[in-house]
Amino acid sequence: MTDLDNLKYTAEHEWVALDGDLATVGITDYAAEKLGDVVFVELPGVGSTVTANTVVGEIESTKSVGELYAPLTGEVVEVNDAVVDDPSLVNSDAFGDGWLVKLRVDASAAEGLLDRAAYVALTESA
Amino acid sequence: MTEPRTTPLSDRHAALGASFTDFGGWSMPVRYTSDLAEHHAVRTTAGLFDISHMAEFTVDGPDAGAFLDFALAGRLSTMPIGKAKYSLVLAESGGIVDDVIVYHLADDSFLVIANAGNRDAVAEAFTARVERFGASGDALRVEDASDSFALLAVQGPQARAIVDATDGISALERSLDDVPYYAAVRGEFAGAALLIARTGYTGEDGYELLVPVTSAPALWDALIAAGEPLGLVPAGLAARDTLRLEAGMPLYGHELSLDIVPAQAGLGRVVAREKDDFVGKAALDAAGEVADAPVLVGLVAEGRRAGRAGYAILSGDDTVGEITSGALSPTLGHPIAMAFVSPAVSAPGTELTIDVRGTRIPATVTALPFYRRTK
Repeated sequence: MTDLDNLKYTAEHEWVALDGDLATVGITDYAAEKLGDVVFVELPGVGSTVTANTVVGEIESTKSVGELYAPLTGEVVEVNDAVVDDPSLVNSDAFGDGWLVKLRVDASAAEGLLDRAAYVALTESA
Repeated sequence: MTEPRTTPLSDRHAALGASFTDFGGWSMPVRYTSDLAEHHAVRTTAGLFDISHMAEFTVDGPDAGAFLDFALAGRLSTMPIGKAKYSLVLAESGGIVDDVIVYHLADDSFLVIANAGNRDAVAEAFTARVERFGASGDALRVEDASDSFALLAVQGPQARAIVDATDGISALERSLDDVPYYAAVRGEFAGAALLIARTGYTGEDGYELLVPVTSAPALWDALIAAGEPLGLVPAGLAARDTLRLEAGMPLYGHELSLDIVPAQAGLGRVVAREKDDFVGKAALDAAGEVADAPVLVGLVAEGRRAGRAGYAILSGDDTVGEITSGALSPTLGHPIAMAFVSPAVSAPGTELTIDVRGTRIPATVTALPFYRRTK
């Protein structure tokens, strides 16, 4: 079970798990719940460079389209092919098997992201 | 902004963990657990929908049928008792104020069920049309009874078995065996007045049950109790929307509006043009055949990326239309959409493209509906 307190978050509802300079990125259960059943994800290509706070992918549910923002600047080193094949993983395990991309980043930039308490406060005020 | 209204079942929905959305001025359950699971349940077993937001108008008196012939697009006066009919409230312009279902309940007694978001518009239209129609108060009474009624829909292959098994339903005027599609029967639920109508908005067989607001929680509980062993699940508006889209059924504000005349939306058959007089007739007669007005079509595409309401439709590099509703069809597994397009590109089989946020997705014009139940 992922310890949600160890993750960083964005106001766009991404989560980030940092392991050295490797950042695993997904969307939060809150965002997945708001979207409804996810039926399609489009992710950036491996080897591409993404810039923090820009749209790098899409997450579609039956009802709507959500945008995936890069939480940090970096290089895409892996994408979750399992979630491309079975997008419902975003709903069933948002913080685990539903991860989307892994980025090589400058870990110090993660200081600017939200901690769990700040993110929860954000969702509760929405 | 006023707070959205809640139905008499909002406690039930909250207890089931529903997510809510504002729809037509109401806070409604959008999904309970999974909109896909709820969608599939309706196609394979059954779903239970709270549609108490819908508006109800009673039309009574010796002139009720003649009034409806004047106020609505169709011919309702000759409809046999116990039958139902899809109809339209037209504006003088011929545009659509709302789409409704009219039930002939008894001699001189009709019920009109309208969309929640159009309740005020329909009420205003009826008030003005009662005045123009000029009947005396004894001959015609039209009332907005929306606040008195709750409406539950049981939809899916198991709907009949569920209604049969539901405790408290009694005193039906006739057996459900004698209630075909687009018919209704009166009875009682736990001593309160009940109307069971074989109508719906999902493309499946099913029933809509109308009861006084105070009876709604007990009816919900009774339907759930009877239905759970048969696979009944509560279903929200998200599933309702994908179900009706697959069935090619229009949604007001998407496929229908004041700017659309019935023939554009494929609803020419709903208008009884031969009637002497009805609101909208003069404009529709004067317009004749509007040859180049956009018409409603179905579009199917491959892959999983769906066109959505508002996305442009192109033929080559020319914009030829716009999507009004679109989704990845849960039943069919590919994207489907309804769109208004130029008549020149409206023939089934025509190859077009959808601009999905900058990417062109090939799509083919197809006849509606996308899904038709086999039985």
